[in-house]
Amino acid sequence: MKPQSRYNIVIIGGGPAGLAAAVAAKKAGEESILIIEREAELGGILNQCIHNGFGLHTFGEELTGPEYAQKYIDMVENEGIEYVLSTTVINIDGNKTITAVSRENGLMQIDAKAIVLAMGCRERPRGSLRIPGFNPAGIFSAGTAQKLVNIDGYMPGRTVVILGSGDIGLIMARRMTLEGANVKLVAELMPFSGGLNRNIVQCLNDYNIPLKLSHTVVDIDGKERLRGITLAQVDENLRPIAGTEEYVECDTLLLSVGLIPENELSKQIGVELSGKTNGPLVNERLETNVGGVFACGNVLHVHDLVDYVSEEAEAAGRNAAEYAAGRAGDSRQNEIDIVPEGMVRYTVPVRIDLERADEKTVVRFRVADKIPGGVIHASVEKNGERKEILRRKKRILAPGEMEQILLKKEDILGAERIIISAGTSAGISAGTDEKAGATK
Amino acid sequence: MIHELICIRCPLGCGLKVDVDEKSREVLSVAGNSCPLGLEYGKNEVISPMRTVTSTVTLSGGECPLVPVKTAHEVPKARIGAVMEEIVKAAAKAPVKIGDVIIKNVAGTGVDVIATRNIKAGKANELG
Ligand SMILES: Cc1cc2nc3c(=O)[nH]c(=O)nc-3n(C[C@H](O)[C@H](O)[C@H](O)COP(=O)(O)OP(=O)(O)OC[C@H]3O[C@@H](n4cnc5c(N)ncnc54)[C@H](O)[C@@H]3O)c2cc1C
Ligand code: SF4
Repeated sequence: MKPQSRYNIVIIGGGPAGLAAAVAAKKAGEESILIIEREAELGGILNQCIHNGFGLHTFGEELTGPEYAQKYIDMVENEGIEYVLSTTVINIDGNKTITAVSRENGLMQIDAKAIVLAMGCRERPRGSLRIPGFNPAGIFSAGTAQKLVNIDGYMPGRTVVILGSGDIGLIMARRMTLEGANVKLVAELMPFSGGLNRNIVQCLNDYNIPLKLSHTVVDIDGKERLRGITLAQVDENLRPIAGTEEYVECDTLLLSVGLIPENELSKQIGVELSGKTNGPLVNERLETNVGGVFACGNVLHVHDLVDYVSEEAEAAGRNAAEYAAGRAGDSRQNEIDIVPEGMVRYTVPVRIDLERADEKTVVRFRVADKIPGGVIHASVEKNGERKEILRRKKRILAPGEMEQILLKKEDILGAERIIISAGTSAGISAGTDEKAGATK
Repeated sequence: MIHELICIRCPLGCGLKVDVDEKSREVLSVAGNSCPLGLEYGKNEVISPMRTVTSTVTLSGGECPLVPVKTAHEVPKARIGAVMEEIVKAAAKAPVKIGDVIIKNVAGTGVDVIATRNIKAGKANELG
């Protein structure tokens, strides 16, 4: 398909965030929508996540990644929303003119009234790890290995060490084992795993793969092809302890050391990014500091649950439709700050306009550490006085689990600042208040 | 015998100790759980652990060289190896649609292996 030169809403990225944003914008009455996707298929990262565990919240059943993606692709098709594939956006300028390229159509310029950023995230590369040694073949990011095994049908190697116990690393430990590889161990720098318990149990314990906490790779052996790595224990300052080194033979090292939102394009139009999430700073409409430019999904902040991606993206899509229809002003004057405090690392959004806000506003955030029996507080500040408006006990708060609360308009009217904090509270017995079942 | 495991029903991840009479395969006691969900999880996980298996099957004549698959229901954990053996040997022909049965009654478990992605007929770099 050859896109037109002008759309009311252009969505950059056809992963779950872009798809849900498009469908919501269409349902809000917008007819002129284009999704631009770099890959040859819609669905984003979900196409390579062939394991199950998606969509429990949204569809009440555990789907695999491709199945979850297909539900949204079907909606996009049924709504007749336009999309172009194998097309990469390379630039956005201040007038919201998008420059994209594809082999089929060459260089294209497309004007938009509103833009939804939905580019997802990419994996942290090895360079950021500073492991000394050569750079032999056999070192992959876990996500790259996932694509090779699940989409291309190519096994990266036979004896494997995985550095980093994030969920992608854990999932790949199981996947490579099932495909006949010998996964020797998963090493984690921190004294705890960043992955879900469920993945530790079903991806490591089920296959007797050891998880070495407080361990890291200090050396890499091999010139052409990886021959082995040296593992060492680290102290509480995360420094390798001399004398604990251990050589492990392997032909493959997978790195699962975190994801970073992909915001090169956002920076080009002057979108302000958060130092905590590396994603745009947005208001309650999920609109960046550049009017009419919205963000959702992993480009905004890294999500572990795709259901929340879809929910967030729907809001961004609706708001973009409002904006494109001229029903939303550009005024920022009445926005006040939402401030994280205590164990709360960041919030999305960071600003809210109390007049404009819906009856309920979702605030998503992560905490900095594990807090068993944790409590979430929201307070408002008025004339220098602070008043608590919400308090929620949780069985546990953990960095790996995104939390969300709802702010009611009636509670926040007149506030000068809203503060979200979390901590422990003595005397609160675990699990009296929150239903379990937050599995994914 | 006492089995030690982590409850996965919520993020708290309680460490459970499940005491099982090895002869009758009956659970005598579950300890360490903070709520009833852990009790149920501990019992099931020791007596009859079940898993959904997901993998890929070689595909010919499609836009991709593989089609992702899953067991339509959970299968006993002890049967994962047998299920994988059949999945590795299986082959499918494009086009395939989500839900198409790729292997019937895999490894005699009574559960089918089904496709989890729509793949049209086309040309891909097929596996050698
Ligand atoms: C390995 C892994 C395992 C996961 N497991 C689970 C799980 O078990 N359960 C669960 O609920 N969630 C899981 N998640 C989380 C969930 O899948 C993600 O949060 C979700 O896919 C993010 O959606 P997105 O649309 O924001 O990003 P993506 O899916 O990454 O989509 C972004 C899209 O934008 C495109 N794009 C980027 N830049 C450009 C450009 N310049 N021009 C055009 N297109 C562009 C990309 O090609 C991509 O298709 C997992 C994630 C990963 C990575
Ligand atoms: S026993 Fe209850 S509280 Fe403990 S992990 Fe299981 S579900 Fe959570």
